[in-house]
Amino acid sequence: MSIRRFALAALAGLSLSAAVQAQTSLLNVSYDPTRELYQEYNAAFNKHWQAQGHEPVTIQQSHGGSGKQARAVIDGLKADVVTLALAGDIDELNKLGKLIPEDWQKRLPQASTPYTSTIVFLVRKGNPKQIKDWDDLVKPGVEVITPNPKTSGGARWNFLAAWAYAQQKYGSDDKAQAFVEQLYKNVPVLDTGARGSTITFVNNHIGDVLLAWENEAFLALKEQGGDQFEIVAPSLSILAEPPVAVVDKNVDKKGTRELANAYLNYLYSEEGQRIAAKNFYRPRSEKVAAEFAKQFPALKLVTIDKDFGGWKSAQPKFFNDGGVFDQIYQAK
Amino acid sequence: MSTVTLAAISAARRGHALGRTLLIAAAWLAFALLLLLPLYIVLSEALKQGLGTFFTALIEPDALSALKLTLIAVAISVPLNVVFGLAAAWCVSKYEFRGKSLLVTLIDLPFSVSPVIAGLIYVLLFGAQGFFGPWLQDRDIQIIFAVPGIVLATVFVTVPFVARELIPLMQEQGSQEEEAARLLGASGWQMFWHVTLPNIKWGLIYGVVLCTARAMGEFGAVSVVSGHIRGVTNTLPLHVEILYNEYNHVAAFSVASLLLALALCILLLKQWSESRLTRLKSNAAEE
Repeated sequence: MSIRRFALAALAGLSLSAAVQAQTSLLNVSYDPTRELYQEYNAAFNKHWQAQGHEPVTIQQSHGGSGKQARAVIDGLKADVVTLALAGDIDELNKLGKLIPEDWQKRLPQASTPYTSTIVFLVRKGNPKQIKDWDDLVKPGVEVITPNPKTSGGARWNFLAAWAYAQQKYGSDDKAQAFVEQLYKNVPVLDTGARGSTITFVNNHIGDVLLAWENEAFLALKEQGGDQFEIVAPSLSILAEPPVAVVDKNVDKKGTRELANAYLNYLYSEEGQRIAAKNFYRPRSEKVAAEFAKQFPALKLVTIDKDFGGWKSAQPKFFNDGGVFDQIYQAK
Repeated sequence: MSTVTLAAISAARRGHALGRTLLIAAAWLAFALLLLLPLYIVLSEALKQGLGTFFTALIEPDALSALKLTLIAVAISVPLNVVFGLAAAWCVSKYEFRGKSLLVTLIDLPFSVSPVIAGLIYVLLFGAQGFFGPWLQDRDIQIIFAVPGIVLATVFVTVPFVARELIPLMQEQGSQEEEAARLLGASGWQMFWHVTLPNIKWGLIYGVVLCTARAMGEFGAVSVVSGHIRGVTNTLPLHVEILYNEYNHVAAFSVASLLLALALCILLLKQWSESRLTRLKSNAAEE
């Protein structure tokens, strides 16, 4: 009997009801902008799961900056599955926590990434500062909103997209570093997660441009009405690949492996793909992608594996202690 | 007295009255801007779409579970703090021992430590990578990212409230009455129930009220150890943040106004116990 159950039972008289969960439950620890996606997906999966003759399940959600969430799972948050913003954060579960095997990314199709996204700009209606491309972000007087790459996965994609643009345009790592340094000088606040940054830009009216996940930008348009903001697609961006994984150590302990596998596999089904697309994630399935083709502008995209040698080399180079981000942000 | 000095005095008095009015006006203005305006905004945002949506947000399962968890945290941390506060105040006021001033200083530690640090302490102690982590994992005991962690963090940040109220009160009262009770043959418990407790009753209630308010409202420390699982490890303040981050402003402010209503109840209790406490003190001074 866990302490938690014991505490709950002891409190039966005091609390309204000492509900001990009777149903099987599954905890999905995810990053910031997927709240709406998984709300819809969880309901659909539950229906599918029951149609296959299983008991209904309680699917619990936890959201936050991707790096912060990975940290929590390593520190003992009992996630059955993680659906984080980038492979680098899931790698940490292997390196620091020994919770998953090293080759976790090979276990599901498409490098365990059932949907993708990219980084776009969200600007205020009419684009008053005429922000068209990355070069406009380093101009003096332009305030750029992006979260902290130390805690947020989206922020790391933002950083790398800016880097890739500068490197291709100016031709060297040194010049790219000077470019992103200039860019981060224009950032007035670094929130810990993507959603925090969106709220800063959309509700608190701070900044001229938000560097956002494409799905997060579309959602802001949908929630706030299209009359306040516009999406600007830069000339070059990055293919953002937010992967998913079953946390072996936790599912083995809880006996939920079959359920956790089914949960992630169903993301690749036609229904799963359609829900992803409806929530503005780019689906992997060609059929569903064709249905939603109008929604997603065709962009020139670099990828983490081809252009940065994968997260295993990008993470230490750019974001670990003493990496490029520390150098440019301390220089501020 | 010459007319010159009289005029000077009345001018000074007028200046004095003007200064008084200005000060009071400034105090009211600050009060209105800093307290009433936010109150008004919370309520008006909560009721923006009518009472129906307001109540729907409150009886939604995740909100109820957050309310339940908050009440559980309060129900465990407040009694613990009463016991601890009484014990600490008793030690400090009735006994002389080495390290007494150190103990008094340490009781205040949670006031000076940032709540985030308080939360991280528990992650470092009980987290999977932490000091007790492997031992706990082997026994399948979950402390952080579960209810016990939330209760622990709440206890930590609220520790000083009861002790801080009781120590000066008990020091002021001295131990003559207890000594008299002892001489008349009272047992330890009898002395405590019939002499000490009635003397410190109002101070204790005041401490409990403050402690409850803080336990319900704590955000930082609880946020670190919560894991933010909807419907499981979210307290009311955390639930407000989640709703706000999900563009669900009406629900966020509805739940916030629930917290506010609880806080107002506590404020009334505080006012009441405080007035009893000052009356008690002035009575004691007259005697």
